[in-house]
Amino acid sequence: MASLEQKTAAAPKADERVKQVGFVTHMMRRPELGAVAGLVLVIVFFFLTADSTMFSLSGLMTIMAPASQLGILAIAAALLMIGGEFDLSIGSMVAFAGLIFGVILTNFGQPLSVAIVMTMLFAAFMGAINGQIVIHTRLPSFIVTLAFLFILRGLTLVGLKWATGGSTQLRGIGDRVKDSPLLGLFSGDAFKGAFVWLADHDLIDKFPNGMPKVTGIPVSVLWFVVLALAATWVLLRTRMGNWIFAAGGDPNAARNSGVPVHRVKTGLFALTACAAALVAIITVLDAGSTDARRGFQKEFEAIIAAVIGGCLLTGGYGSAIGAFFGAIIFGSVSIGLTYTKFDSDWFQVFLGSMLLLAVLFNNFIRRKVTGER
Amino acid sequence: MPDVNNRAPIIEVTDIIKHYGSVIALNGVSMQVSAGEVLCLLGDNGAGKSTLIKTLSGVVRPSGGVFRVEGKQVDFRSPRDALDAGIATVYQDLAMIPLMSITRNFFMGREPRKGIFPFRHLDLTHCNNVTREEMRKIGIDIRDPNQAVGTLSGGERQCVAIARAVYFGAKILILDEPTSALGVAQTSMVLKYIHQVRQNGLGVIFITHNVRHAYAVADRFTILNRGQTLGTFAKADIAMDELQNLMAGGKELQQLSAELGGTI
Repeated sequence: MASLEQKTAAAPKADERVKQVGFVTHMMRRPELGAVAGLVLVIVFFFLTADSTMFSLSGLMTIMAPASQLGILAIAAALLMIGGEFDLSIGSMVAFAGLIFGVILTNFGQPLSVAIVMTMLFAAFMGAINGQIVIHTRLPSFIVTLAFLFILRGLTLVGLKWATGGSTQLRGIGDRVKDSPLLGLFSGDAFKGAFVWLADHDLIDKFPNGMPKVTGIPVSVLWFVVLALAATWVLLRTRMGNWIFAAGGDPNAARNSGVPVHRVKTGLFALTACAAALVAIITVLDAGSTDARRGFQKEFEAIIAAVIGGCLLTGGYGSAIGAFFGAIIFGSVSIGLTYTKFDSDWFQVFLGSMLLLAVLFNNFIRRKVTGER
Repeated sequence: MPDVNNRAPIIEVTDIIKHYGSVIALNGVSMQVSAGEVLCLLGDNGAGKSTLIKTLSGVVRPSGGVFRVEGKQVDFRSPRDALDAGIATVYQDLAMIPLMSITRNFFMGREPRKGIFPFRHLDLTHCNNVTREEMRKIGIDIRDPNQAVGTLSGGERQCVAIARAVYFGAKILILDEPTSALGVAQTSMVLKYIHQVRQNGLGVIFITHNVRHAYAVADRFTILNRGQTLGTFAKADIAMDELQNLMAGGKELQQLSAELGGTI
């Protein structure tokens, strides 16, 4: 590239004019700061008020199981929000994907592998439809996916009744899949051997018969962690991540610079729907059945977790690891209150306050970081 | 001052016509730009400036006329085609995203990657180094290429946008009113940079309402009026107030200018 400078300046000593960015400024620039701070607060709060069993290994797993299911949704919701869109149909998609999954397994008698692939493909297709409608009508995604919230929930009810001959619960899934080699990837606990070994060596709590009290890490937790890491890597280190930020930050500017904004957004809608399908598969396999209320209101919880994690409602800013912490905060509070003397109905009050605080905090940080005046 | 007359034009349009339905936006516009010169496109609102630059940058296709780039006739179907031919447009809205870092903005849409699929990732070290170096060249003191573009002033942002176009190999820069929203100091920063870009052998098409800004950097002026070329003048052949009158279509403005004490 031709140099713009006429006079040959001395080779740049990269640091000479570049002041070191202070550690505080550096931390402030991370969108997940609020979530980390929130999590610390929550832990301190429960440390002071809750029964100590909450912080035992089994207490931890009790918190992480629901947190991970929400977290899988929240991470996808966070990516979509950074890309500048919402999906309010996530919860209904969980129910609908559960129905599709169950019907393929039971009514059509297909093996687990086929059911998983078909469910994922179907979810991706539905997500892409959401995306295409949003893009081509230029309606706010809020409205389009709100419509799908009801459409999918209704279709689930109708479909369940059709598949079961009048019931809103589809049973018998557990029997269909119990011999499948894929089952361990989506259901039950992982690392059981390691936990037995740990118990044998008195490193974790065990029952009198020598078996560990916690038999392993729920696979949903592993999915949660892996997805959080993968999403963070994609966001911060790949071209696609740059495009997601760009598409959410200013779609016109992004398009002018050659970013395929429509493809990025459609992909994100499909990804969100697939995350919903994954949660559906995990929870349906755990329960052995599926019903119409599956995933109820999960869309709001996922969006709240993403916002607590630092996502701006206007898009273009946020983090996946923040959503990860947001989901853990959510799980800690919902489960943790039962370990305290507080009425667990305080949960929703706490949640609402947390959301409000997070939004205020995020806006403040954004102004600070971007020097918006 | 580079000798413009000895160079073949990079862009040459002849009798370009553009109709939007029954509206004739361009009715036979001709102009050319060579390497190392700044051509200023002047014209009041509705004169056809926007349509002309949209044509040059591949956003719209002309209804008629000849468009040559480096002697070869071209027919751009998208902004991509224009970019590939070396024509970069810096839009008024900058194509910059305030919440993203300078580096990420600089490389947006053209991110260099390393590694093997599926682990292919951005070469952020390289990106940061290039960004820092390019910013240094244009004399913008950035503390850190990872700071958000929102922290830069309007003039700095404009310069980053131009630097990006230059870095990615533009031969012709189209600047759409780059100084219209800027204060005095920032305007001079941008004008200085335009001058620098010219000295490096790029052709610049500079669109503005402001005759003063135009007169400060341009080598030649092409004046549009009602979709037609009113004429092209070398800087030596025309005075600033004459330019102003031509641009506004004459009489009334002259009168008004006199009434207001010659301040327009």
